[in-house]
Amino acid sequence: MNEAGYNYRVVRGFAFSALFWLVIGLVVGLWMAVEMFYPALNLTPWLSFGRLRVVHTNGLGLGFALAAIFAASYYILQRLNRIALPFPRLAQAHLYLFNTAIALAALSLFAGMNTTKEYAELEWPLDIGVVIMWVMFAINVFGTLIKRKEQQMYISLWYIIAMTVAIAILYIVNNLEVPINLFKSYSIYAGANDANVEWWYGHNIVGFIFTVPILAMFYYFLPKATGLPIYSHRLSIVSFWALNFAYLWTGAHHLMLTPLPEWIQTVAMAFSIFLIAPSWGSVVNGYYTLQGNWDQMRSNYLVKFFIAGITFYGLQTIQGPLQGLRTLNAFFHYTDWVVGHVHMGTMGWVTMVVAGSFYYMIPHISNRELYSIKLANIQFWLTLFGQVIWTVAMWIAGIQQGAMWKATNPDGSLMYNFLDTVSSLYPFYKLRFAAGLIFFIGILIFVWNLVMTVRKHPRTAEA
Amino acid sequence: MGISSKPVVFAVLSAAVILIGTTATVFIPLFMPSTQPVSAFIKPYTAVEQEGRDIYMREGCNNCHTQTVRPLRTEVLRYGEYSKPEEFAYDRPFLWGSRRTGPDLNRVGGKYPDSWHYTHLMSPQGMFEKSNMPPYAWLAKNKLDTGYSYKKCSVLGYGYSESEVQQQISQYQATVTDGAYPSKASRDKVTPPELRKELTEMDALIAYLQKLGRDVKQMEAKK
Repeated sequence: MNEAGYNYRVVRGFAFSALFWLVIGLVVGLWMAVEMFYPALNLTPWLSFGRLRVVHTNGLGLGFALAAIFAASYYILQRLNRIALPFPRLAQAHLYLFNTAIALAALSLFAGMNTTKEYAELEWPLDIGVVIMWVMFAINVFGTLIKRKEQQMYISLWYIIAMTVAIAILYIVNNLEVPINLFKSYSIYAGANDANVEWWYGHNIVGFIFTVPILAMFYYFLPKATGLPIYSHRLSIVSFWALNFAYLWTGAHHLMLTPLPEWIQTVAMAFSIFLIAPSWGSVVNGYYTLQGNWDQMRSNYLVKFFIAGITFYGLQTIQGPLQGLRTLNAFFHYTDWVVGHVHMGTMGWVTMVVAGSFYYMIPHISNRELYSIKLANIQFWLTLFGQVIWTVAMWIAGIQQGAMWKATNPDGSLMYNFLDTVSSLYPFYKLRFAAGLIFFIGILIFVWNLVMTVRKHPRTAEA
Repeated sequence: MGISSKPVVFAVLSAAVILIGTTATVFIPLFMPSTQPVSAFIKPYTAVEQEGRDIYMREGCNNCHTQTVRPLRTEVLRYGEYSKPEEFAYDRPFLWGSRRTGPDLNRVGGKYPDSWHYTHLMSPQGMFEKSNMPPYAWLAKNKLDTGYSYKKCSVLGYGYSESEVQQQISQYQATVTDGAYPSKASRDKVTPPELRKELTEMDALIAYLQKLGRDVKQMEAKK
């Protein structure tokens, strides 16, 4: 049903691009997971861990998450403003440019063109491509908003606006660099300043890609999936502005006990604790929306994805500020604990909410029923178990390694050499690979289910 | 709320809110000399060391090795004196890293002879059976490209003339290809015969590793 002439072609294009890059990024992740205990898999220069790690993070952060965000944004923008995209051809060009840029990004990172600034590893020509792509997106965002037929902007639109503005600022400021040639550049900032700019970016790119737009999806698709209005509009207003204000102060909790001036670290620590409040504002809002309707957890397969997702978001936003505290950070930083933390956010929160949103959105834009609710349920449990085993294994590994780094003999000398602290983690790395495999199978079912949904007509799919 | 019906005002307000913390904790420190102090003891990288640093970046070594020793007792015991801000004045970008799959490298310079690094980079598992570090023997099979060395050093503001850059390169080449080079045997073992008289990418990477933490020792001694 598309009587309003909404452009769903670009939504579908981005949604399936997201699924494609999700599979690629996870295959790379699984390969690296084996390399961690079986280094013989570093077969060629381009398959060596140092290069693959950036392909994995960029492939999933930019390729999967951004594409999913573009898909959901184009959908939500049209629905909530009750108007078709004002520039559909620009959106289509955005889709092509996006996929070309991600493909070139993957190739260039495999080739070792790497600025080393985390989540900003792309070299300067691709940075320019990203900025152009962002402007193309922003034109449709503001075009839709300005021409809208709905008086008030719903919460999800605020988050999309905040993301559009924040990513532009973050990306440009952190990627200012002086080119040497087409494939090489140097940051304009040096040493501690470069570190400070980078982690202001690194922390907030996570905030404004893995939090803000995912909250936009959560606030839109949870009421859609349940038929229940969001619990408190006022709470969402307060948490929106508090989150936007506080997030930007906290980047330096990634630089605890480094040569960065101590006051910047301490300010970051304080604002990190403050951030628990607005984060939990959304968690509470999500839970209370289901007040009196918790039976939907059983009867409505979609609800599980959003509630599991917001639960991991809640855990994530408590764990994050706590590990930003200087004393705890001294123990946990640089260990696998942090790797576990990141993956609870990405595999638990982001993937769950994107899955729930896609299960709602793809059948809707295709005017079909979902191919199989049963498969969606199987996917839910596989990705949930895969992720929980994955993250718990890494937390234990992190605690173990942190303790081994710190252990001393009665005479004050170190108890373990560095290699012992690494090789003792291999059982956890094997467990992590197994858990990753379970998660990956869940994702393959997810992709299969959506592909079959758009391919087959519901009536023939019943068999 | 009035502003939730005014998208442009909303966007401007969002940007302003975002820029408050950004200005206080990022933009203002950029203009404070105390954020990145300098010391006359800390010298810029030579052209060869810079090329080695670029290979370190290309291979993503920073994904597994940090370069910042924290002021913690066991950390100082394990790696040496904790990192000082002055050390990083020439680091563009910084390479502090975020995960220690391998040990910290900020104090690795001078810790082992070059021969140790040739043997280790060739096959980490040959030296430490349980190590999970990727082997980098192929770096010794690549001739070092010094075509952009001068441009790199001038962009980075190291203050070398073009002939000084050439001199640094030929001097280091003379050192590692000399018959009396103490690490000759291990270098020859990993370097193919046709490149033994040339500078390889592995030579440059080792030159860079040997620079790490070297200058700060003099700075500390003078304190």
